[in-house]
Amino acid sequence: MSKLWRTMLRNPGGVIGFTILLLAIAIALFGPLLFPTSPWRMVQRPFLPPFTVPGLPLGTDALGRDVLAGIIYGARVSLLVGLVSTMAALAVGIPVGALAGYFGGKIGDALMRFTEFFQTVPSFALAIVLVAILQPSIVSIVLAIAIVSWPPVARLVRGEVLSLRTREYVQAAVVTGQSHSWIIWREILPNALSPVIVLASLMVATAILLESSLSFLGLGDPNLMSWGYMVGAGRTVIRQAWWITLFPGIAILLSVLALNLIGEGLNDALNPRLNKEGR
Amino acid sequence: MLKRVVLSLLVANALSTAAFAEEPKSGGVINAVIQPEPPGLMVGLVQNGPTQMVAGNIYEGLLRYSPKLEPLPGLAESWSVSEDGKIYTFKLRKGVTWHDNKPFTSADVAFSIDFLKQTHPRARGNLAQLDKVETPDDYTVVFTLKQPFGPFLGIFEVGSLPMIPKHIYEGTDYKTNPTNNTPIGTGPFMFKEWQKGSFIRLVKNPNYYIKGLPHLDEIYWHVIPDAAARAVAFETGKVDVLPGGSVENFDVPRLTKLKNVCVTGAGWEFFSPHSWLWLNNRQGPTANKKFRQALMYAIDRNFAKDVIWNGLAKVATGPSASTIKYYTDKVTTYDYDPAKAKALLKEAGYKGEKVRLLPLPYGETWQRWAEAVKQNLQDVGINVEMIATDVPGWNQKVSDWDYDIAFTYLYQYGDPALGVGRNYISSQISKGSPFNNVEGYSNPEIDQLFADGATAFPDSKREDIYLKAQKILTDDVPVAWQLELQFPTITRCNVKNLVTTAIGVNDGFRDAWLDK
Repeated sequence: MSKLWRTMLRNPGGVIGFTILLLAIAIALFGPLLFPTSPWRMVQRPFLPPFTVPGLPLGTDALGRDVLAGIIYGARVSLLVGLVSTMAALAVGIPVGALAGYFGGKIGDALMRFTEFFQTVPSFALAIVLVAILQPSIVSIVLAIAIVSWPPVARLVRGEVLSLRTREYVQAAVVTGQSHSWIIWREILPNALSPVIVLASLMVATAILLESSLSFLGLGDPNLMSWGYMVGAGRTVIRQAWWITLFPGIAILLSVLALNLIGEGLNDALNPRLNKEGR
Repeated sequence: MLKRVVLSLLVANALSTAAFAEEPKSGGVINAVIQPEPPGLMVGLVQNGPTQMVAGNIYEGLLRYSPKLEPLPGLAESWSVSEDGKIYTFKLRKGVTWHDNKPFTSADVAFSIDFLKQTHPRARGNLAQLDKVETPDDYTVVFTLKQPFGPFLGIFEVGSLPMIPKHIYEGTDYKTNPTNNTPIGTGPFMFKEWQKGSFIRLVKNPNYYIKGLPHLDEIYWHVIPDAAARAVAFETGKVDVLPGGSVENFDVPRLTKLKNVCVTGAGWEFFSPHSWLWLNNRQGPTANKKFRQALMYAIDRNFAKDVIWNGLAKVATGPSASTIKYYTDKVTTYDYDPAKAKALLKEAGYKGEKVRLLPLPYGETWQRWAEAVKQNLQDVGINVEMIATDVPGWNQKVSDWDYDIAFTYLYQYGDPALGVGRNYISSQISKGSPFNNVEGYSNPEIDQLFADGATAFPDSKREDIYLKAQKILTDDVPVAWQLELQFPTITRCNVKNLVTTAIGVNDGFRDAWLDK
């Protein structure tokens, strides 16, 4: 693992990504201690531009709410949705892909047709429909994002497993009479994880974007302040008050960029052909 | 039988000439916005807001209404009421013709009443006390009521009781009559063409029965689906008139700051859009009167008025809007007072139970408003959860009483018997409608007062009854009244005399003129 870190640290993009992400996590964890009042509270006159009133560095929105407080609380929602929905997608995608790849044949076909069924529907449209049907709430949003993002995981894992199960050490395990679950769990999956980890980091970024898009369209959890909601609510007054949309927009941009850089860094570090030390 | 003339043509003429400060100029074309595109223009069959707005200039009612809701002559030039309040006699204008040049007579009036009883739910309700219609001659109509009905003179507005041509509709299937697509009325403007999705074009009625009216040659009603695009169309000069509700509130200050732009909140007195929060009186914390009173103290309604509605509203004091008959502000009033709200919550024994708040899904303004109210309530310690819905979802939840607090606004139609009582009397408690007594408030005294109020005669008796009803209701807080909304009409300042009646743009083009 320490080798992995060292390789990661040699990639400047990965370092920048990690720094931004750690900062965002710190803000999400400790920001509410600095801003104990709710981000929904109307604290000052509406439409105060940034840097005009002490204590409100990013100004206020259409109702006089603190934009900075909104961004800090929004970090929690964005990161939480990103992580939880990715976990959920992995929890579905990995088993489906592993089973399909390991057993192949009819089981594999059935599982892959099922996966493709989800892939034929445009993912964002499906997410909108799911959230609209289930009523917008944090649970339905996480669920919708997980449902639209597990198929790529399943396909990736299946491909990895397909190639690994023909390896000799796997066949050796079969010969020694190990159970299927033991072989999948102990022999195949650990070796298939590298690309999944890379994919997962990118999925978190996609999930953050999806959540922001849903909130932007007014399908966010109405009880939680999120970046997408702030952009959506500020969009209509952008000609009067640019700062309401700009700052949460930058927050989305930075966190998604950070996750992409991390994904890139992880890819370099985990890919043996690019890993110089592995050569 | 002794009759008394309520208002003569002479008085009305004096009123309308007083409004003309400058000499009106003739000619010109006005471009207005219509939002959304109406499903049809036959106002006897369709009663959507946009239909009424366009069709009110094609069709006419027997009466028009001043901003104070006094009846003005329309197709009827004078009217009288018998002393027992049961017989109303209308004298019709002579020389009025339909757009196809057939004369308009009392037979058309009798026919219209029959027609609307079948097709117009609100007219059916308004005419419930009507016993018979008689037409002793071509220009006289006599309405006989089963018992006195105070608001009777208030039901003849063009959207509520439009006059419909008998010679075209008699004996046909009303819904499929081809004339529905090319409406024929008596009004100052005639239907010319309708390019679906683009515009509706009306042209001047050259045979209009008031000499010199209308001043304008043509009206184009443009259909522009996107709110931002409507605002831009006004900015670039493509349209000259933005009727109430056609742009978002936050665009209003920007547009009114432009040069040569005039804005008015008038012209909605007949409808008086009144907003409140439905409070579920049946269950949960909102069943407790003290809790409901606490809500009234907890919500900063002046903030909503100034910030969310840009000052284009008035804080509501009770069930009646201040523009409608028998309104009083001598009632229990609730100023913003969080401390008092907290004390009342304590008295009510509220222990932090979750309360669901349902915003009205009509766009940004309403969403922001719900957010502000939620914050107000959380500030006094109420545990609020906001529920997001779309329009059908909102309708369903409210109609099925599946809510604790829900935003709404409704029209009041000028008289407490027409637009207020329906929300508070127990006979109006019935699942399936979001417009009746949705909160489930039931008080025999209120039931009796509204029953008496509708049929009491004369007016002074009605006034006593409704003053009493308003006092009881404001003490009980069956719903949390918020604001009397004003939907601003934004025009170029050279569009003159457009909003002169209680329904504003809906019948205003008759007197409007363009200063060049």
